[in-house]
Amino acid sequence: MKTFTKYLGAACVLGLGLASTTAFAADKIKIGVSIPAATHGWAGGLNWHAAQAEKRIEATYPNIDVIVVSANGASEQANDLEDLVSVQNIDALVVLPFESDPLTVPVQQVKQAGKFVTVVDRGLSLPGIEDVYVAGNNPELGRVSGEYIRERLSDQGKIVVLRGIPTTVDTERVDAFVDTLDGSKIEILDMKHANWNRDDGYEVMQDFLSRFPKIDAVWAQDDDIALGVIEAVKQADRTDEMFIVGGAGMKDIIKRVMDGDKLTPIDVLYPPAMIATAIDITVMKFTSNAPVEGRYILGATVVTQDNAENFYFPDSPF
Amino acid sequence: MNSLERTERTASGGFSIDFKALGPFLALVALFVLGTAINEAFLSGGNLANIFTRAAFIGIIAVGATFVITAGGIDLSVGSMAAFISGAMIVVMNTLVATLGAGIETVLIGVLLSIVLGVGAGAINGLVSTRGKIEAFIVTLGTMGIYRSLVTYMADGGTLSLDFEMRGVYRPVYYGDVLGIPVPVIVFFAVAVAGYVLLNMTPFGRKCFAIGSNEQVARYSAIHVDRVKTLTYVIQGLCVSIATIIYVPRLGSASSSTGVLWELEAIAAVIIGGTMLKGGYGRIWGTVVGAIMLTTIGNILNLTDAISNYLNGAVQGLIIIVAVFLQRGDWRRKKSK
Repeated sequence: MKTFTKYLGAACVLGLGLASTTAFAADKIKIGVSIPAATHGWAGGLNWHAAQAEKRIEATYPNIDVIVVSANGASEQANDLEDLVSVQNIDALVVLPFESDPLTVPVQQVKQAGKFVTVVDRGLSLPGIEDVYVAGNNPELGRVSGEYIRERLSDQGKIVVLRGIPTTVDTERVDAFVDTLDGSKIEILDMKHANWNRDDGYEVMQDFLSRFPKIDAVWAQDDDIALGVIEAVKQADRTDEMFIVGGAGMKDIIKRVMDGDKLTPIDVLYPPAMIATAIDITVMKFTSNAPVEGRYILGATVVTQDNAENFYFPDSPF
Repeated sequence: MNSLERTERTASGGFSIDFKALGPFLALVALFVLGTAINEAFLSGGNLANIFTRAAFIGIIAVGATFVITAGGIDLSVGSMAAFISGAMIVVMNTLVATLGAGIETVLIGVLLSIVLGVGAGAINGLVSTRGKIEAFIVTLGTMGIYRSLVTYMADGGTLSLDFEMRGVYRPVYYGDVLGIPVPVIVFFAVAVAGYVLLNMTPFGRKCFAIGSNEQVARYSAIHVDRVKTLTYVIQGLCVSIATIIYVPRLGSASSSTGVLWELEAIAAVIIGGTMLKGGYGRIWGTVVGAIMLTTIGNILNLTDAISNYLNGAVQGLIIIVAVFLQRGDWRRKKSK
């Protein structure tokens, strides 16, 4: 890793040299976008929205070139950043880091090469590197879901929680959710990890159903898990007993909310479209006189039957 | 070799108990007792049906893996293969709904496609590793990546969903039952019986044992080693396609996260069941029990909140190692001396 970083540093210095000699020759403003490859549903949506934003922005601003690259791992993403600086000679970088720690230094190198840097979703481990930070709001997602469940159940009832993959994202969501339920008579029967996966969601829910004779609500916190939960509840023929709250904004769930499905009355957004927000803000830096530096935290919007249409993207893979 | 001696000895030894064959069954009984002690809901008909139905996927795949491993091979591609075949079935069936309508014909074409793809994929694994003289580990590691990427590509990084009308028609294959026994369990049992007959009662099965014990000797004994080995991968592919046929109607979707790590679960089921990883000896019923055990561990962990969620993997790992230790090891023979 040490030698790798050294190598990276050398490459970036080289990149800086190249940048200063060729920057004047380049007639287009280049914006590099580095994101994880589409290895799961949410990342698939991320890639789709990045590609949509690229098309839209390049059509609106002929002098802007958006370059999207996707990586299968942290070290591959570090290589991508290197290439974006030294080969593509970008002016700005929009990056959704695979993991925070290993990518902090590579992104710092890009910043030191004089590029405008926007970081999305996963923050870096050192402060002050990025010019703009765009992210969804995990604690807010937990809080909003908790409030909805409190309200629907009039502060009393029995619920089960399906957690994601044990990570900070999951912990932030669950902690905020549990805090929100504090002071109510709502009992959390149990919480189990379903790893943001449909099959796991299905199996964990099956077991909850055989274990607890009465469940008033399910907090699945993720739409993939929610889809598995829906099938398990249907199989057990207990659809009238409970409702399910997911999260993210997957089109299948949004469609159910739009159609007024009683099992999924709402969904809470944690949209992969945030990459488009980040790209747009970065473009503004070059196309307007508005100051854009700072933090942009998206709200955890509640999708109900009334507003679902605004969040339904039938062509998106997610 | 040990196990062969042991089996012979038991056969002639009258009352002596073959712990190796019984080991997995005893471990399963112990798990069931544990499960019941933890939560009485464990023994409810609904929960048992859930366990056996879930075990069917890994179990059917593991029956195929028993052949591959017995003959001294390994197949790492089964999880990705299952995801790829699911994806292909969904895409083709969704397309056919427009012309054929959402009916039995469409399902049958989907099933046929699954079998063709499974057998084909198995044949590729087998031929490339035998004819190409590449270790099966590398070949199937390669195809594992290929199938995983293909399903991601087909799904555009997202999720492929089966047409909703189609789901209604196809649904009974997973959710239906005959005389109260869920269809997947019946299929699982049928596959296991067929596997047992093929492995233990046919010349083909004996050739698998021989090749796994010593490939060179088998070659000198005029066994067509390449042909038999390739066939074990074809059987594996067929098993994957059967598992996929009952998997698709469950959630009606496939994505890049479908079937992740199924290959390891299948291999674990085979080894827990008493088959030797280095080949030469295989036991289908052990594999069946191994698959049920793996599912049961997960189920028990979901039925209790006594163990921290973060430690689930540790408990699973521990039980697997203990289960294999109980039926292996020289500790028993030393004692009996």
